[in-house]
Amino acid sequence: MKFLRDTWLIFSRQIQLLLRNPVWVFVGVFQPVMYLLLFAPLLKPALSPLGVQTDAEAYRVFVPGLLVLLAIFGGLFQGFGLIAELRAGVIERSRVTPVSRFALLIGRSLRDVVSLIVQAGIITILALFFDLRVFIGDLLLAYLMLALIALMTSAVSYGVALAVKSEDALAPLMNTVAQPVLLLSGILLPLQFAPGWLEGVAKWNPFSWAVDGTRALFAGDVGNDRVWQGLLIVAVLTVLAVWWAAREFARSVR
Amino acid sequence: MIIETSGLRKSFRSRQGKEKKTVEAVRGVDLRVNEGEIFGFLGPNGAGKTTTLRMLATLIVPDGGVATIAGADLLRNPGEVRRRIGYVAQGGSTWDDSTAREELVLQARLYGIGKKAAQERAARALDAFHLAEYADRKCKTYSGGQRRRVDIALGIIHEPKIVFLDEPTTGLDPQSRAHMWDEIRRLRTEGMTVFITTHYLEEADALCDRIAIMDHGEIVAEGTPTELKREIAHDVITVGLNGSTPEAFALLDGAAFVARTEKLDSGDGLRLFVDDGATAMPQVLRELERNGVTLKSIELHRPSLDDVFLTKTGRSLREK
Repeated sequence: MKFLRDTWLIFSRQIQLLLRNPVWVFVGVFQPVMYLLLFAPLLKPALSPLGVQTDAEAYRVFVPGLLVLLAIFGGLFQGFGLIAELRAGVIERSRVTPVSRFALLIGRSLRDVVSLIVQAGIITILALFFDLRVFIGDLLLAYLMLALIALMTSAVSYGVALAVKSEDALAPLMNTVAQPVLLLSGILLPLQFAPGWLEGVAKWNPFSWAVDGTRALFAGDVGNDRVWQGLLIVAVLTVLAVWWAAREFARSVR
Repeated sequence: MIIETSGLRKSFRSRQGKEKKTVEAVRGVDLRVNEGEIFGFLGPNGAGKTTTLRMLATLIVPDGGVATIAGADLLRNPGEVRRRIGYVAQGGSTWDDSTAREELVLQARLYGIGKKAAQERAARALDAFHLAEYADRKCKTYSGGQRRRVDIALGIIHEPKIVFLDEPTTGLDPQSRAHMWDEIRRLRTEGMTVFITTHYLEEADALCDRIAIMDHGEIVAEGTPTELKREIAHDVITVGLNGSTPEAFALLDGAAFVARTEKLDSGDGLRLFVDDGATAMPQVLRELERNGVTLKSIELHRPSLDDVFLTKTGRSLREK
């Protein structure tokens, strides 16, 4: 009960601060929208070998990848906010209170999930103008996938931020993680184009499973094995990431 | 005894290039702090004050030693210690985009206080610290002194028995500093024990009931400022004279109120070491006047905490 109460306290404060500065939600959306407008039109001809013939089909392949990308990157860079809070003394101020250490983490990560879902919603609505169509049930499952990814990556980012305590170390670290993850997940172009060895390597990237699963959902193929496989893999990794980050919080905070 | 520690130790491992070094930040601290006093921890930067304070505030785990704080065991039961103490860090604790009221309500709630009670406490704290006027403005608009008052209000929002303040006046202008001293004295009036660290001698002298001087991770002296000063040195009266130095020397050397007499190197005066300068001065004046010796000047020097520090460590605190 105390954990839930503390989580709510942390979460509502973070949301309050987010709403006070809503510009960040839109800054977060800006890049994906640019991709949507300026990159996606290239895709219809590029994807024609896969049988893509209309804009709607191209967006059905591209938008899910874009949303997963947003969840990964949005989450991984949340650690910067935590470092700012460390520097301001806000974290230390929480540490001297009996507040649940786990709540300090989860309250913040839930804020990140909510802000991601809002961003994903904006992008989905924009994509509707490009004739993207998706069933609401499938969409909600896809959002569940995104929420789990955001929870995982933001928890990892918080854990690393607590360990390195400096933006200068966090930025290259997160970029180094994010880039291969991005390239090996088939986010920009489906891995069907990949040579065998690359496809083999990508099989070990959990996010490529997440992207496949999300694409299947956007294609209305909820029965596809990749859906439950992607969700399961992401869920297991999320539990591990949260467990590890919680340990970092508990250790540096006792 | 609200705080009692024995042999509290902490060392840090740091890496310089390839070399690993162990720095002994605190090497065995024994402390006793009485309930309801302002206890000052004086020492230069890097002496181990903040490390000791952070150990007492449950923020870092000691390597060794024992401590009881407000009746709870620091090592075995840090959670209980946490509930009974307040802590105000040196670098501030407020978020730019939050208001003082929001910060105070949240902090109270983190201590488990209900919403309505937390709002009432926040309102009371804002009044007590003269912050009501700015309560609903963002913290980034506050002056340094205002922001520091919010920090202290946050530290005591749950009405702890003891509050730790890490260098509460560092970086404040003289007026805000005097204001802060009044706030700290008010906490004592309300029955709270206040434990502060400082590297300002004047602050330790003016504000603290008792002090401990720390240097290189060890406590080198502990007592009231007056006790410490008296322990290391006499008050010194310097008398300037026109030519009648030998007569004056004969008159004062061996007088009951003078511990020791020296002639100045320049030959035109005396240096008298006395226990209590304030009462010795008129006696010196009377004695010289009665015997027809005219004074050119008279000056009283009382030892400062810096003299105490110099005696105990061989260095002046002001040099740092």
